Amino acid sequence: MFDILTRIFGRENNSSKNIAKERLRLVLIHDRATITPEVMMMLKEDLIKVIREYLVIDEEALSVSLEDDTDEIALVANIPIKGLRRLVNA
Amino acid sequence: MKSTVLVITSGKGGVGKTTTTANLGTALAMMDKRVVMVDTDIGLRNLDVVLGLENRIVFDIVDVVNGNCKLRQALIKDKRFEGLFLLPAAQTKDKSAVTPHQMKNLTNELRKEFDFILVDCPAGIEQGFRNAIAGADNAIVVATPEISSVRDADRIVGLLEASGLFKSRLIINRLRNKMVKNGDMMDVDDIIDILSIDLLGVVPEDESIVISTNRGEPAVMESASRAGAAYKRIARRLTGEGVPMYSVEDEKFLDKFWKLLKIAR
Repeated sequence: MFDILTRIFGRENNSSKNIAKERLRLVLIHDRATITPEVMMMLKEDLIKVIREYLVIDEEALSVSLEDDTDEIALVANIPIKGLRRLVNA
Repeated sequence: MKSTVLVITSGKGGVGKTTTTANLGTALAMMDKRVVMVDTDIGLRNLDVVLGLENRIVFDIVDVVNGNCKLRQALIKDKRFEGLFLLPAAQTKDKSAVTPHQMKNLTNELRKEFDFILVDCPAGIEQGFRNAIAGADNAIVVATPEISSVRDADRIVGLLEASGLFKSRLIINRLRNKMVKNGDMMDVDDIIDILSIDLLGVVPEDESIVISTNRGEPAVMESASRAGAAYKRIARRLTGEGVPMYSVEDEKFLDKFWKLLKIAR
């Protein structure tokens, strides 16, 4: 009965155990991929360099992260585009 | 019987490697197995005090690998149990005093005499860890239900696999059922999910461990100790016996059972 009540009031999701699990899950993605925050930073800067050649992007709002989707780890980049750069053909 | 070399490791310090080694070794000896516990934490030895054998050390592991004494001379016999021995670590040297190659030779030598060789690994992932795992057939990874410990255990599992040890099994130590029930501690399934290795056993948080360590008598010698009982079950699993896992559900059931009994009285 108590279990049902806690579930109804959403306590289950905010319990410190779930916070621990979520934090652990994220930290392990990085540990296992042996990608440090510094490397992620470098990757992000390189991505900006390449994409800038083709598109006008919002560099401030750009986000790059590793995400764990069930069994697969994905590199997820969110890159807001401000406009298309006119391609000048030689 | 073919002998087994098991390394007890964790990455993080203070999660109960030495306590686990002492209790599993003693429990296996109580089951009439011939057991040697090897302390590889050179410079910070403690298995001797946990076992209450600190006053009997003459030679140590470094003396053995350097040929200063015979292996037999360095083995301390635990007089309380037939077939239980300790090979202590050196206290004044450092981890580089032994090489992985020497460890391999040492464990092979011990295989001739013992059913179980339990290697107590130092904390960390450096030389001491490399030495401890060198001669092992399998690893027992000890973790407590905390982020830091589980994270380090994950790293250790990866390093063990990189060294060819693929069948590591997990002991979850110091589990507090009350906190698990309140959603304030990761439970067994959460941890197994994250680490994806086989569970060897669960040891509940138990104050009797402090008392037995104070006395130098492993908890398995104390019949009322809950942690001791858990270690005995794990020891039976190590010999290949199928022993059901202890879980929070069991606890709930037992609680209800005792409550009913109290009401009946």
